[in-house]
Amino acid sequence: MRISMGAVVPGGTSLEYKTGSWRDQQPVLNMELCKKCGMCESVCPDSAVHEKSEIYRIDYDYCKGCGLCAYECPANAIQMIPEEK
Amino acid sequence: MNAKKKGMEEDLFVSGHRACHGCGMALTVRHILKATGKDVIVVTPTGCLETFTSPYGYSPWRVPWIHHVFENGPSIASGVVAALKAQGRDHVRVLVIGGDGSTFDIGFGALSGMLERGDDVLYICVDNGAYMNTGGQRSGASPMYSSTTTDPAGMQSLGKLEKKKDLPAIIAAHGVSYVATASPAYLKDLEKKVTRAMGYHGPRYIQIDTPCPTVWGFPSDQTMEVGRLGVESGLLPLFEMEDEKITAVRKIKERLPVEKYLGAQKRFRHLFSSDEGRRAMEKIQAHADENIEKFGLLKRANNEKQNGPSQ
Amino acid sequence: MDTTEVLEGSEAVALAVQACCPQVISAYPISPQTHIVEALARMVANGDLNSQYVRVESEFSAASVVSGASAAGSRAYTASSSQGLLLMTEVLYASAGMRLPFVMTGVNRAISAPITIQVDHQDTISLRDAGLIQLYVESSQEAYDMHIAAFKIAEDPRIMLPVLVCMDGWILTHSYERVSCLSQEQVDRFLPPFQPENFLDVNDPKSWGSYAEEDVLMEFKYAVQKAMQYSKGRITEISSELATITGRDHGGLIEAYRTTDAEVILLAMGSVVGTIKETIDKLRSQGERVGLIKIRCYRPFPFEDILKNIKEAKVIAVLDANVSVGSEGAVGMDLKAKLCGRPGVPLVIDFIAGLGGREVNEDRIVEIVEKAQELGKSGLPLDESYWVGLNPEIVP
Repeated sequence: MRISMGAVVPGGTSLEYKTGSWRDQQPVLNMELCKKCGMCESVCPDSAVHEKSEIYRIDYDYCKGCGLCAYECPANAIQMIPEEK
Repeated sequence: MNAKKKGMEEDLFVSGHRACHGCGMALTVRHILKATGKDVIVVTPTGCLETFTSPYGYSPWRVPWIHHVFENGPSIASGVVAALKAQGRDHVRVLVIGGDGSTFDIGFGALSGMLERGDDVLYICVDNGAYMNTGGQRSGASPMYSSTTTDPAGMQSLGKLEKKKDLPAIIAAHGVSYVATASPAYLKDLEKKVTRAMGYHGPRYIQIDTPCPTVWGFPSDQTMEVGRLGVESGLLPLFEMEDEKITAVRKIKERLPVEKYLGAQKRFRHLFSSDEGRRAMEKIQAHADENIEKFGLLKRANNEKQNGPSQ
Repeated sequence: MDTTEVLEGSEAVALAVQACCPQVISAYPISPQTHIVEALARMVANGDLNSQYVRVESEFSAASVVSGASAAGSRAYTASSSQGLLLMTEVLYASAGMRLPFVMTGVNRAISAPITIQVDHQDTISLRDAGLIQLYVESSQEAYDMHIAAFKIAEDPRIMLPVLVCMDGWILTHSYERVSCLSQEQVDRFLPPFQPENFLDVNDPKSWGSYAEEDVLMEFKYAVQKAMQYSKGRITEISSELATITGRDHGGLIEAYRTTDAEVILLAMGSVVGTIKETIDKLRSQGERVGLIKIRCYRPFPFEDILKNIKEAKVIAVLDANVSVGSEGAVGMDLKAKLCGRPGVPLVIDFIAGLGGREVNEDRIVEIVEKAQELGKSGLPLDESYWVGLNPEIVP
């Protein structure tokens, strides 16, 4: 790791650290139940839910398995299941 | 791949930070920056937010960001503002996003100075009611009767006996143009308040109650729920003030007794196991009742409920 | 063209700072710094200086404001003394580590308790570990010149450290001297605008103030140490470059005064140097072989330059207007650390002189020289520093 002047770091470099390894449980999204409200994307503290063309996807590289998306989903479309190690 | 890339491009606070599972603060910061957009410089004093976003080499901040020391968030911000003015960078705004330890306690003098000078800084306090970064020690923002590691509940103690410092009122008394409270339990309201604050110039303050699953002691998926319970009990009034007057409040949909909020967290669990504890809860309920009265938190139709369960 | 006027020392500093056009100035008042920051405030109020002047509620905030301004890409200036400098300490360590180059004046004043406003060097000396470059001036003219040099030193892309210009309170700040000032054109040619590679920029977002674990922290500290070592050469070059413009050569990291065949060499810094030079001239006329090394740059410690000039001497008498309680004076300790183990080096005696404004006049300097000569005969070091001028009637 190089030493930068004054320990200044370019923004966005945290993407190099995959917090997905922190999980004990993982969210599974059932697109059939999904109402496409965007709540899951909104409530994730780790920006680990992404939407494209109204399809929502969990980014398992970063998802820590906190369960907020499952708890807050108004359609009960997300279930937390144990993480397989 | 494309979806991820696009989403990440727009995100000003990206994945990979080291916040705890379900961190209320991380959730809050995402939405603060959604509301401000990219033309901001963020100052963060030492604390949880600083620590989980700045291990060397890994920064989630896609806006320019500076952490200096613990007590000087406001004065670093004043310096940045002065530099921007001198350089003619008019479209760049300055935010401090700092915890309660820095804001209520060690950085309080610097905060007051910044407010008195009228510097164009939006100060957002992400308040989890203790020095969480170091394990949960008592701060001036710790709620009454909460158990913290330096003022713990015990055989001869109910935890913190002092009231939470009423910082919004103190800040409003500095003659600040905009003061508000918000919660990540109500994300649209939070973003709206940040947007409104950005429309003003001079010092502005928003205090955001950010629940902490790790130390408050609740499951990590309940962060927004706990926040909701606090707001709906009246303990955490959500309001806006302009020129020292309350100009807007978020009404409570369905009023809840404080017990529901307190019972959901380990840091208040000791109140449920003794008579003194129950008397303490009554005091807390009385505070909630006072807030409801003072801020007019109930809708007109619920007038008869205004006096609360204590009657 | 440059002008010469009789100026109060504080005014001279303010004129130097004005000529360097800092975009941000911030200060909190404390004697004896006040005249400098008041003069700057008047300049701003009259439209003679286009700086953002931030009036803060403490020195902690003054140092923080200039740090924030520097990180945002602006040239910045502050000043303080004594208690105020101590209050800034945490901020200064952090800014040095973050490589934020601002300039500050340390108007030397002793530290409480007991409280006093009299002069000694304890305040700036107590910051010596922080990573700031420290320059000490002998006169108001040198103060003027070195403040201008300080911005160029601080902002050098391979240095990027705060620079502290130290000047004796009252003796220099509140006395009047003939000072020659440069024209704005001359300063502009010498000092380019501040254009750092890294600054808080919405078009290229970066993060300052990282948390460093045990796998990298030492390397960051080493980087600051290396920058300090590098600065020795640059400070000498920049001083020389300025001397060419002003016609006044104050020297480089040190000034060696009549050291060539000196048996006793005094080592000192600050305004006392002026008195020492006169005393040396007198002693020389009486046949005494004495000389002086004036330290102009204390951090980084210029031991190579000192070593070159003390080869012939028997004794080095260090004058410390500070004391690390429980040990010795700082400059004495720095020198002894560098000489220890080298063959054929002179004896070093540390003299504590001038604490809390205790006058170091010609008589006291002669006393120091005589004591040094006496000890030089035995060649043995003292166990403790020698405290000069204690009043025998009240000394405990």
